Amino acid sequence: MSPEIEELYQEVILDHSRRPRNFGDLPDAAVRVHGDNPACGDEIHLSVKFDGGGSLHDIKFTGHGCAISQASASLMTMKLKGKSRAEVMEMLDAFHHLVTDATNEAPKTLGDLRVMKGVRNFPQRVKCAMLAWRAVEQALEQGAGEATVSTEPT
Amino acid sequence: MHKIATSGVDWNAIRKDFPILGEQAHGHPLIYFDSAATSQKPRAVLDTLRRYYEHENANVHRGLHELSSRATEAYEKSRQRVADYIGAASANEIVFTRGTTESINLVAQAWGEKFIREGDVILLTEMEHHSNLVPWQLLAKRTGARLRFVGVCDDGTLDLEQLPSLLTPEVKLFAFTHISNSLGTINPVAKLCEKAHAVGALTLVDAAQSAGHLPIDVQELGCDFLAFSGHKMCGPTGIGALYGRGEILDSMPPWHGGGEMIVSVTLEKSAFKKAPHRFEAGTPNIAGAIGLAAAIQYIEQIGRPAIFEHDSHLARYAAERLTELPGMRVFGPTEERGALVGFVMDTAHPHDLTTFADQYGLALRGGHHCNQPLMRRFGVSGTTRASFYFYNTTEEIDRMIEILDAAVRFFS
Repeated sequence: MSPEIEELYQEVILDHSRRPRNFGDLPDAAVRVHGDNPACGDEIHLSVKFDGGGSLHDIKFTGHGCAISQASASLMTMKLKGKSRAEVMEMLDAFHHLVTDATNEAPKTLGDLRVMKGVRNFPQRVKCAMLAWRAVEQALEQGAGEATVSTEPT
Repeated sequence: MHKIATSGVDWNAIRKDFPILGEQAHGHPLIYFDSAATSQKPRAVLDTLRRYYEHENANVHRGLHELSSRATEAYEKSRQRVADYIGAASANEIVFTRGTTESINLVAQAWGEKFIREGDVILLTEMEHHSNLVPWQLLAKRTGARLRFVGVCDDGTLDLEQLPSLLTPEVKLFAFTHISNSLGTINPVAKLCEKAHAVGALTLVDAAQSAGHLPIDVQELGCDFLAFSGHKMCGPTGIGALYGRGEILDSMPPWHGGGEMIVSVTLEKSAFKKAPHRFEAGTPNIAGAIGLAAAIQYIEQIGRPAIFEHDSHLARYAAERLTELPGMRVFGPTEERGALVGFVMDTAHPHDLTTFADQYGLALRGGHHCNQPLMRRFGVSGTTRASFYFYNTTEEIDRMIEILDAAVRFFS
């Protein structure tokens, strides 16, 4: 097995792709975002609930796609629960650096998300890893109702 | 067990004609199973391109000097070679284009604008590549024409029982692929052309996946247009051809304006050359055309019947061996198929599989293959595709099965 493959598909990632956490729909979601990665066919449906202070109270997803996109969504939902908007945006930025920047040191604040580091060796897979994050970014921007987001600008 | 009984062609010797096949990918010998996307190029084509630029390069049809004469002669000889290759009655029936996509867009624009009216129908199939779908969607939007589609059966063949109800007198054009780039289905071109002509419709054949793989004679097939790309048949990228039956090409207005396609120009208006030059505005891809002719010469030396026998054997062998793997779903017909096989596996998404295989030097393609409606028809977002050409071997397929088997164990 090549080291790049071992790093990309760490056991944690395979585990999350096989048994995604927070998989489902929030019936009383404030905002729902449908995200897709048309180049790959990956899809994600994200539902988000905010608390009184505007932090992410709860977040769930459904969808289908490659192991990277599904594991990334699963890990993200675990990480973002209870986070403020500012913290979410900060983490999004840090995560994007993690999966794209070869010199990135993988800051400890990212916690479990650091297992996604191997994506940086596979530029074609960055969109898979970012799909869920683009959806949550859209959810924050939208605040309420339904929205769509795509990794391919139209 | 699967000895390729054929033709006396030394297929292993042929591999040596392709310098790139000696490459390593991720430290492993390259196994190139993505020829349906683009084929590799033999040294004969590479040498021809180099020779052209070193000894003949000049613009065509306008210089009065020696090099321009050489370039023009080589360019027009290439047109004749393409015509002969597909059995066209005349070189004037061959328009050089950038490839299949541009060839189809040329017809959709030049022919479509003149002959398609509101309420007319363009008949397509559910298995078309986006390049034989989107141009017609655009034309329909401009003209108010309607699109209809022949469905695809579960086995990947066209549902020909639908034809009588779809192929009505409103149909002005029936455009369909010769070989499906996702399923490998080989469509009965001659029969489809005959049925289309019976209601007065013209036909366009997308030969992107067939032109380099099997013998084609446009007069025997009876098609009115045929489009193909050079780069999928050992030629360079950026060159392809449109065949159009003489009187139809002559009836079509120009599509791109510019130099080279005119007879005379005043400030107010222009008179245009006849086909095919009417459709070749600007400096054409001269080297590309000459490279394509070299590719044709190379292919003809091996012989298309032998190539087809070899390639379709590889595809059948691959389809058969793939079914040994657990959770495997292979798409397309089992009996007769073109040089490719598309599949999905329960254990891994096509992109994970493709990334995994790549680490072993195996180039597969994962995704929708510019066939989104067809993927939807089969209820998948994409497939993994292994596509072959005459430089591939059964040993490479055996290696693919080992790698996929490792992937099953890794991902499950």
